[in-house]
Amino acid sequence: MELICQDMTKVYQTRNGPISALEKITFTIRDNEWICIVGPSGCGKTTLLRLVAGLIEPSTGSIRYSGEPSNGTLRSALVFQEHGLFPWMTVLDNVAFGLEMQGMAKRQRHEHAQAFVEKVGLASFAQNYPHELSVGMRQRVGIARAFVANPPMLLMDEPFGSLDAQTKLVLQQELLRIWKDHPKLILYVTHDIEEAILLSDRIFVMTGHPGRIRNQINISSTRPRDLSCKEPDLMEIKWNIWKILEEEVRKSLGVLM
Amino acid sequence: MEHLEDPRRGGPKKPGSPDVKKKELRAWGVERWSLLLVVLILLGIWELSHRAGAISGLFFPAPSIIFETFSRLIKNGKLAEHLYATLVRVLLGFVIGGGAGTMVGLVMGWSARLRVFFDPLIAAAHPIPKIATLPLIMVLLGIGESSRIAVIAIATFFPMLINTMAGVRQIPTIHFDVARNYGATLLKTFTRVIWPGSLPMILTGVRLALNIALLIAIAVEMVASQEGLGAMIWLAWQTLRTEELYVSLLVISILGIFFNFLLQRVTDSLVPWKTDQEI
Repeated sequence: MELICQDMTKVYQTRNGPISALEKITFTIRDNEWICIVGPSGCGKTTLLRLVAGLIEPSTGSIRYSGEPSNGTLRSALVFQEHGLFPWMTVLDNVAFGLEMQGMAKRQRHEHAQAFVEKVGLASFAQNYPHELSVGMRQRVGIARAFVANPPMLLMDEPFGSLDAQTKLVLQQELLRIWKDHPKLILYVTHDIEEAILLSDRIFVMTGHPGRIRNQINISSTRPRDLSCKEPDLMEIKWNIWKILEEEVRKSLGVLM
Repeated sequence: MEHLEDPRRGGPKKPGSPDVKKKELRAWGVERWSLLLVVLILLGIWELSHRAGAISGLFFPAPSIIFETFSRLIKNGKLAEHLYATLVRVLLGFVIGGGAGTMVGLVMGWSARLRVFFDPLIAAAHPIPKIATLPLIMVLLGIGESSRIAVIAIATFFPMLINTMAGVRQIPTIHFDVARNYGATLLKTFTRVIWPGSLPMILTGVRLALNIALLIAIAVEMVASQEGLGAMIWLAWQTLRTEELYVSLLVISILGIFFNFLLQRVTDSLVPWKTDQEI
């Protein structure tokens, strides 16, 4: 499936007049391509995900999906930062949620879900509730839930934003591994430049207030990548993005150089 | 990979790990035993001062006399009769009023439009002491069982409604987003998100409403009934049988404790994801 956004804007009406969250967003994302979006906070990254997910409508412009799956199947699944799991469902039921909404019978969906629960290393926690898991484990459940539903597109909103560095690293590798087995178009919001470089095929660097895509940076080196001195190209990219973001953050904070 | 999992947070918590449970149980045991001991000592002092003639038997009949009365009322079936009458009223009133309150609460929690419309009505009706509506209800429904049950139903309607509504409203938006994102139908959103999400608060409402139902039932029976625990209290006072008064109070308090105990059990089994949290 391809995702094509054309001149998309999103304006919110507030008491102090309209506020433009996104302006002139235009891009095309190919099938199974992994895009990371980085930008200063409040640049409309989350708004962009919600637009693509169809939870909100763009003010102007259009979103198109070419080669969409047949009617009735899921187009996209969102993975939220931390609180996306239902606290009243066991790990297994959480993972099976997407299948349940598609009307799959209990036994069948539990079988599918169980396979993915094992794939993310939580086999012995299938019957536990989310509050009994660590934050990292919960995030794996969220990822398993999205993959089990098997949409052609995954929308991830800083899924590892609240994890410590080690756990984050492990989960990034897991996510890459699962994505290789089950390729999908991924739109991944993060504020972590290194994460973006490690994971994506292409990085969108956004400006703040209103959000625009300022640069699109291709990353062609093969995965798994390494951000040590072994790959000077990647270090170079990191510095470039860092400089752009610094400028944007200063602008959005109103600080002069 | 497991060993890399966030050691600072102490790793995953397995529920009901034997160590923790045992410790908790032991702590409870000590607390309960010492409580029982204190109660026994107080009862002993009471009994002795009665026998020594230090306190009046009319106002403070000795525990042994109260206990004797208790077993006499059990044997002649009078206590069971009154208790049954009260329980039937409490449960019928609660099912009718609480059920209606839950349904209205679910709908009002869900729909902002209905909430705007009905909120002022609820706000106006809620503060009225429900027992004060008894005369009006008796004018409408006559002097009989239906009036008594109606007052209890009205009294339980409001706490159930308000708790249920708050329960629905405190469900984080993100859960509705997830449901929508995965294409949940209206029915599925209700059964998988709204109902389980508000259930803890609904059960808190049940606890409140049952206690209120008991309170109102006793009050109603005092003024407008010949049977029931409230009537038993009133009769005992009119004939100055103080020991029967104490027995009724004892039964009511046991009933209250029993309700709360039962509800705790129900809560534990219905909302296992909240067992180690506040409800």
